[in-house]
Amino acid sequence: MLTRKPYVFAVAGALMFAAAACGSSDSSDSGSAAAPASITYWASNQGTSLESDKQILQPELDRFTKETGIKVNLEVVPWSDLLNRILAAATSGKGPDVVNIGNTWSASLQATGAFVPLDDAQLNALGGKARFLGPSLAATGAPGQPPVGAPLYSTAYALYYNKQMFKDAGIADAPKTWDELVADGKKLTKDGKWGLAVEGASVSENAHMIFTLGQQHGGDLFDSSGKSQFDSPANVAAVKQYLDFIATDKITNPSDAAYSNGTEALQDFIGGKAAMVMWQSASGTLKTGGMTPDDYGVAPIPLPDPSSGGKQVDSMVGGINISVFNSAANKDGALKFVNFMTSKQTQQDLNKAYGSLPTVTDAYDDPAFQTPEIKTYQQILANTAAPLPQVANESQFETLVGNAMNQLFADAASGKPITDESVKAKLTEANQQMAG
Amino acid sequence: MVVSATSRPGRGRGSGDPGRPPPPSRGGRGRVTAWLPVRLRRLGLPYLLILPALLLELLVHLIPMLIGIGMSFIKLTQFYIRNWSAAPSAGWSNYHLAVDFNGPVGRSLLHSFFVTVGFTLLTVALSWFFGMAGAVLMQGEFRGRGFLRALFLVPYALPVYAGVITWSFLLQRDSGLVNHVLVDQLHLFGDKPFWLIGQNSFASIVVVSLWRWWPFAFLVLMAGLQNIPRDLYEASAIDGAGWMRQLRSVTLPMLRPVNQVLVLVLFLWTFNDFNTPYVLFGKTAPQEADLISIHIYQSSFVTWNFGTGSAMSVLLLLFLLLVTAVYLLITSRRRSDA
Repeated sequence: MLTRKPYVFAVAGALMFAAAACGSSDSSDSGSAAAPASITYWASNQGTSLESDKQILQPELDRFTKETGIKVNLEVVPWSDLLNRILAAATSGKGPDVVNIGNTWSASLQATGAFVPLDDAQLNALGGKARFLGPSLAATGAPGQPPVGAPLYSTAYALYYNKQMFKDAGIADAPKTWDELVADGKKLTKDGKWGLAVEGASVSENAHMIFTLGQQHGGDLFDSSGKSQFDSPANVAAVKQYLDFIATDKITNPSDAAYSNGTEALQDFIGGKAAMVMWQSASGTLKTGGMTPDDYGVAPIPLPDPSSGGKQVDSMVGGINISVFNSAANKDGALKFVNFMTSKQTQQDLNKAYGSLPTVTDAYDDPAFQTPEIKTYQQILANTAAPLPQVANESQFETLVGNAMNQLFADAASGKPITDESVKAKLTEANQQMAG
Repeated sequence: MVVSATSRPGRGRGSGDPGRPPPPSRGGRGRVTAWLPVRLRRLGLPYLLILPALLLELLVHLIPMLIGIGMSFIKLTQFYIRNWSAAPSAGWSNYHLAVDFNGPVGRSLLHSFFVTVGFTLLTVALSWFFGMAGAVLMQGEFRGRGFLRALFLVPYALPVYAGVITWSFLLQRDSGLVNHVLVDQLHLFGDKPFWLIGQNSFASIVVVSLWRWWPFAFLVLMAGLQNIPRDLYEASAIDGAGWMRQLRSVTLPMLRPVNQVLVLVLFLWTFNDFNTPYVLFGKTAPQEADLISIHIYQSSFVTWNFGTGSAMSVLLLLFLLLVTAVYLLITSRRRSDA
């Protein structure tokens, strides 16, 4: 008896573990199967906090439930986790039904096949292609392939400036050229205050700025065959121009080289430590920080002289898309939800709350979208914004170039000379690491 | 589950004394055990007892490792993460890429490796030194000893995130306490130095890591010191040994087995530490403090190239296995010589 007992226990233990393992997976399966009239939605963090996002979204979701009877389980995912969570969901085939993505990831995520491509019939159900802003729709996947999501919120970069500080320094208007911006910056930089604030250690901010400035210098990050060319002379010039705000122009606080969490530069702007900042849809955060729309002006980022041969591009097409997972348990409900989120009413409500722009043209008749700030953004998006390259390895570009920029910013901040050679060396290194 | 499966039979083992014959099997029971020789049955029993734990161990540790090794031989990029079986075989190309030190990927990996070795050696040596000093100084009775012991263990008990994020605030250039004290109060530097980017970031990560790990060394050495018999100190004192001599001839030799394990564990943990640099620097560490765990994370997750990242992880695993084997070989031989 005594010698047998251990065998029994050993086997029983293993069995119980196995049973427990099965039990847990069973319960989660039956959970989603028992309630087919619900969908899970991962929203990105658009407001000042995850909690404020929930408060903004919940009334809309309630309206959707009232209209369709489909319940929405909302989770707001912070940006730092969103891509990893989506990748994990794509790998495991278990995830939400609907998710928000940054539109720069479109082509990369399209390549995974994780999202439902929207064919013409589905796009027509959303009101047809013509209903959406052109640049925003262009940022929903690689050209020539059906989009893997619908544009949800649109943003672009613009120059925010502190009106009082400009007045004190005797500057009448927002700078129209880069020379003016640097000259204004020098006038504004004094007594511990700086002309321009940047997020020098933020990988994505750096990548976006280099794209824009590179276009202005007449360069492209990828050639026509899709091969990366980060170290082309135009891109080197673009990087150097950006770094020179710290290195030679000295209109940016060297401390900005360590700013990485996407709020610090804006906090300096709010706190009056910096007079200008280049940002996407900052009004919500500025309001929370106590600035009223009278305190600051919004202008397009300077364009290059048309005779210089550069492209007239002053922003990337920023924005958020909404996509449906291929593994969605309730695909119909998910598509209905996409339809709802891009409907006129929802677009007006949400973009008003977030300070972003509606992606559908019919939503603009609301007076809330006739403010000078929104009009400026509309102009930028309509005329001078260009989408980041929609290639499958776009996220690699952001990481590698953004990271190279971080290191160069660190050099610039510690007073090391920034030359064409030193910039080119770093960019070449990044370029070589792009896996084919 | 594991506990119940392994601990409950343990009670039975105590009552089964070795000389006792196996209980007569009652009719129809013990079919398997009956034809096994008694000796084999006795020998096999311990292994059977740990079998469930062993299986779970395999499940939790070995299988992910094997999957990782498998991943390192395929071209696993975003195109294939939904269906791994469709990913084309990469052969040794992921490894070639990682060890081609003339190429940019291999070169940066090698750089990261050297940074990590330097960082680990410094952290382990300093952690051991501080732990040892703390433990020896706390050996004698004095007022407030309990309080100090508890205080020293705080960094180890604190959640990593809370501790390290506080450090990152302290090390901020404009608003951090470190610069406030060094520059504004003591005027040691003319210009405020950066601590989280550039040259100084290496020093920062060593200090933060030291802060995090030395309490562990302190804890283990303190426990080791409790086991050294008092008589040895008394005897050596009668022989005229001073404090230094006691440390050299009694404390250190008696702590040798503890030290052997402590240094190895500290080395492995520090070398592999992901949390501390990740919380301190974020997703992209400065080049001067580009520790290998972050480097591999970047090479796989951030650039979506999981095959290469896995190959680097396997190389790291092999390196750590080698270090461990050599270390144990050397230290064990020296001990048996003694």
